[in-house]
This record gives sequence, C-alpha cells and structure tokens, in this order.
Amino acid sequence: MAQVTISSVNKIYPNGFHAVKDADFHIKDGEFIVLVGPSGCGKSTLLRMFAGLEDISTGEIAIDDRVVNDVDPAQRDIAMVFQNYALYPHMTVYKNMAYGLKRAKKSKEDIEIAVQKVAKMLDLTPLLDRKPSQLSGGQRQRVAMGRAIVRSPKLFLFDEPLSNLDAKLRSQMRIEVRRLQRDLGVTSVYVTHDQVEAMTMADRIVVLNAGKIEQIGTPAQIYQSPASVFVATFMGAPPMNMLEGGFKDGTLTLSGGGVIPHHSHGANGPVSIGIRPEKVTLQAEETPGALPFTYEFTEDLGAVKLVHGLLGGERFIVHTHEEAIIGDDAKFLSIDGGSVHVFDVNTGQRID
Amino acid sequence: MTDITTAIAQPPVRRRKIRWNRVFDHVILILGSMFMLLPVVLTLLTSTWDNVTIHTGGIQYSIGEDAFRNYQKALFEKSGFSQVVDGMKMMTNSLILGLGFAIGKIVISMMAAYAIVYFRFRFATFAFWIVFTTLLLPLEVRILPSYEVVQSLGLLNTYTGLIVPLIASATGTFYFRQFFKSVPEETLEAARIDGAGPIHFFFDILVPVSQTMIAAIFIIMFVYGWNQYLWPTLMTTDENMFTLVRGIKQIMQVWIGANIPDYGVAMALAIIAMTPPVLIVILFQNWFVKGLVESEK
Ligand SMILES: Nc1ncnc2c1ncn2[C@@H]1O[C@H](COP(=O)(O)OP(=O)(O)OP(=O)(O)O)[C@@H](O)[C@H]1O
Ligand SMILES: [Mg+2]
Repeated sequence: MAQVTISSVNKIYPNGFHAVKDADFHIKDGEFIVLVGPSGCGKSTLLRMFAGLEDISTGEIAIDDRVVNDVDPAQRDIAMVFQNYALYPHMTVYKNMAYGLKRAKKSKEDIEIAVQKVAKMLDLTPLLDRKPSQLSGGQRQRVAMGRAIVRSPKLFLFDEPLSNLDAKLRSQMRIEVRRLQRDLGVTSVYVTHDQVEAMTMADRIVVLNAGKIEQIGTPAQIYQSPASVFVATFMGAPPMNMLEGGFKDGTLTLSGGGVIPHHSHGANGPVSIGIRPEKVTLQAEETPGALPFTYEFTEDLGAVKLVHGLLGGERFIVHTHEEAIIGDDAKFLSIDGGSVHVFDVNTGQRID
Repeated sequence: MTDITTAIAQPPVRRRKIRWNRVFDHVILILGSMFMLLPVVLTLLTSTWDNVTIHTGGIQYSIGEDAFRNYQKALFEKSGFSQVVDGMKMMTNSLILGLGFAIGKIVISMMAAYAIVYFRFRFATFAFWIVFTTLLLPLEVRILPSYEVVQSLGLLNTYTGLIVPLIASATGTFYFRQFFKSVPEETLEAARIDGAGPIHFFFDILVPVSQTMIAAIFIIMFVYGWNQYLWPTLMTTDENMFTLVRGIKQIMQVWIGANIPDYGVAMALAIIAMTPPVLIVILFQNWFVKGLVESEK
C-alpha cells in the first residue's frame, strides 16, 4: 500500500519524440487509477516510468515519499501485469509465481506458503504444475495476476491486461481484478483504451491525449462534466454529439437555427455545444423548447436503439429505449435540462 | 433412393482410388533414401569380409564371416607406426573434439549474441557485422596463420589446440541473435521486475527458453566437429591424438602381408566413425521435437 506522487514528469524518447508532457498528479493510498486514451497517447510510456522500465526525462515519481527515478525496477516494490502476460514459458505456474520471491532470497518455506495462498485465492491450485502453454488465455491471465500478487507489492501496474481475452471473459475478469484489488487494498494503476473498463473499474480516471493529461476525475465527473471536447467525445458510447453554435444576447443558439436551453448566459460569440445521445427525447409533437429533427435511420441493438438524424443540419445521434417514436414519426427532439455542455471553439476547453 | 445409396457408397470408393501424387512422392523419397544409404550399406557389408577377398573381389554384396575379427581389431588392436593407438582411443579423441567443438561453439555464440541483443553498447550492430563477415573466412582460408598461432603457443598435439581455433562461430552467433530477438521484450521486463540481473536472466530464462535452438545447433555442430578432417590432420602428429576420421586413412597406409592394406578393418572403422553422429541425431531429434511441441516463447 502506498501513495504515489507524479511531479511534472516528461518523457522524451531518444529520437526526440515527446511522449508524455508534464504529467502531474497524486495517487492516494489504495486508489485504483485508470489511464485511458487513444492508441499512442503515452499511456504505456507513463506506466513504464512507474515501473522503472523507461527512464524519466524530467520530473519526479515518488512512491511513499521515496523518489524512485533512479531505483531499479526490482527495488521499487511494484508488480506489473503485461498485455501478453509475459509468463516464463519454460517454468510451471508454481515456478512462474515463485521466481520473483526466489530472486528476493526468500526461504523455500516462505515461498511455498505465499504461492499456495495466492494460488488458492485465484483458483490456480490445480494448475500449479502446468506450463503456460498448457493453459487457456483466461488461466494465463490469472497466473500473471498471481505472479503480481504473490510479491505483495506496494503498487500494481497493469498494461491492458484484459485485451487479449474474449468479451465475456473480459467482463468477468474486470470484476475479479477489481474485487481482488479492493480486498488487498493495493494502490493500482491500470492502462486501458477500453472506456467501459475505465468507467467501471476506476476510482479516478486519467484521460490522456497526445501525451498530455486532459482530465483527472471520478468516472461520474468525467461523464458529467468533461473538461474538454476531447474528453467529451472520447468517453461515452456513442460519443457526445458536438454541434456548432454560439451565445446571442445571452441565449445559446445553434448555427443551423434553434435555441438550446442552458442555465448560464455566456458572452456573445461562437462555442461548441455538446449533448449526450442519451440526454434527449424524441417526440412526434412539437412542445415548447423542442427542436425540429430530421430522421435518417436506426441502429437496433436490441435493448437500445441508436437513432441517426440531423439537428439544425448537423449529424446527431439519439440513444433511446423507446419503441414508439422512431422512424419518420420522430420529428422533434427535446433536450433534458442541465445536460448541455459548452466548450470554447478554439481551445476545446469547457466553458461551463 | 438411388441418390442416397450412391452417396453412401461413395466414400469407400474414393478411398480406394490411388493417389498418384502421393505414390510419386514416395517413389522419390525411396529412391533418395536408397541413393543415400547404398554406400553405407555396402561399407557395412564389405566390413564383414577378410582382406584378401576384398582386395581381389572389391566391394562385397553379402555378409562375410570376419565381422567379429574386423570390428575387434578396429576397436581394440593397437595400430599405427607407433602401435599406441587403438580404435577406442581415436573414438575418445573424436568425441572430445566433437563435444568440445559443439559445446564451445554454443557457449561462445550464445554469449556473443546475448551481448549484441541485450546490451546497448556503442557499435553493437557494427560488432555484429564484423562477426558476420568472418563467415567469409572459413578455416581453410586462414589455416596457415591459425597453424602458426597454435604452433607458437605450443599447442600442437593438444586438445586445446585442436578445438579452440575452431569454435568462433558466426553462424551460431547469427542464429542465436535471431532467436533472442524473437523472445518478447516483456519477458525481459518481467524478469527485471522480478529482480533478475543480467546473469540470472541469461541462465534462468534465456538458456532454458533456447533449449530447442541449442539442441538444433548442437546436432549440427557435433556432426560438423566430428567430421573435421583438415585441421586435425595438420594439427596432430602424435598418433595418440588421432581422431577416427583421421585414423581411417592411416590404416589404409599400413600394409599387412603381401602389400594388402587392412581393408576390412578400415571399413569397420568407417562404420564405427559414422555411428556416434547418427546416434546423436536420433537421440536429440526426439528432444528437439518434444521441445518444439511443448514450449512456446
Ligand atoms: N522507444 C521509443 N522511441 C520513440 N518513440 C516511442 C518509443 N516507444 C513509444 N514511442 C512513441 O510514444 C508514443 C506513446 O507510446 P505508448 O506505447 O505509451 O502508447 P500507448 O498509449 O500505450 O498506446 P497503445 O494504446 O497503442 O498501447 C507513441 O506515439 C509511440 O510511437
Ligand atoms: Mg500501450
């Protein structure tokens, strides 16, 4: 258990590529942090700097007040789970789990006790004598987890550990990983590009874009008040609808015509308007405040439907459960109060 | 109805059909095997005859009666000018050369490849290409300087002198380099986090992971070392240091009565010289296949 402080960390690769820019945040004891962002945004790079697998160009990472910039990976009291598991192919499950302890010069008896305990926790006991090649993907994943847990580290690092599993197993393991982490209370940093994993597992989410931290916050904060257009469109499926518009004499108006209900009255000028697909209602009749909607087509996902159409001439997706008002009947759209997001047109930053 | 019966009847009919391309493949394989095996079989048959028969009748196509005598003599009778060396001694020498050659090459080339792949020192690629260009300088090209060096170090007629000049191996280094590069980066990283330093990573992880590669290179190199002829011939003047391959020639030069060389014994010795490489291949082949099936990188 530990807290981690990241102070103005930068990573510049030898070829000059600036992969992580001024990362600056604090991880509380026992917290589960998820790093999320599109491919190539520097998630793995940041995680690997925690592990000591990548040098820190400038800045500091401290685990429990000990600056670890120059500390060997093995001495940092961390454990890492890799995307391809990185199990030692020639060792049995038992030996895979025992290897780190063996290198740490623990006695045979202590190793035996520790490995058996973790194996029991993860249902690996019957598999201890197998080699990794004789295991299924899910079992390998659990061995990789076991190898991390058995060392009782201060900090768990996960680099997309579930992305090689099929969808069903992934959602099972998601819960299992989270439950284990909660039981053990070990501070964790988890990298993923899957926003469902990010939303469901995280205590706090760190959204990265092109090496920069866009926003840090709880899943609810990220969802309810995204700090930028990037966060707004990256988190959420289908993504938030972005429309052009502006404030005119205190009212928020779409460029294509129509007034959007909004609580604040910004200064005159153009803005980007974000509306989540699930925060609107389609209707056949015009009501006060409703905007005209042009229906195009529907994606039916069974439980929910994604209705595509045009609002003020711009593409707009509606996420709905209702059977009744879809198709050409859907002529109007009303926006749920308090769910409109306004962003600066140039910087993409949230205005309010 | 008829449709159904023909459908049912069809598979056996199809199975009985001769697949000409498979027959053709097998004919080629059988011919190839015979072509390769014939000289060996003839040597084996001839090695069971007495010298006079071989001298007058040439190659023999049946089994003779002198097998025991020939093999006994080949293995245990002291021969040569100095009458100190027997087949067993030569076999030991060959084994030492073959094993030393193969093991030496594997050790040296694994270490070289380890350094090249895992340590980012300056000019690593350059060093590799330097090693690689030595492929252009096989022993035959550099044999005189090599002899000169070994001789001036006083290593003529020693195992060290026999083996060491041969073990530097660009081929081995190249194969191990390619293999190490195929080991996932994460394996190294996991080991680093587990606290394995360079030595432990090498012995605990890289060597066991490479065992199929080691077995393959061992087979090739053992046979190659066992069959070395030119260098031992040049290097060894003391008959006690003779290898089997070199010894066969020597026997043909010792006349038994009436100017007849000891053909039977020479043939027997040739067969004996062939046996260990064959055994090694058969033995390690099993291991090799098992390794391929069981472990994955
Ligand atoms: N050794 C390196 N040298 C130079 N640039 C690198 C190096 N490793 C990674 N990069 C670059 O740094 C950026 C961040 O890489 P990183 O692996 O952290 O991405 P990621 O967010 O983990 O992406 P993914 O989701 O695809 O795993 C990428 O643009 C990548 O091209
Ligand atoms: Mg990555």
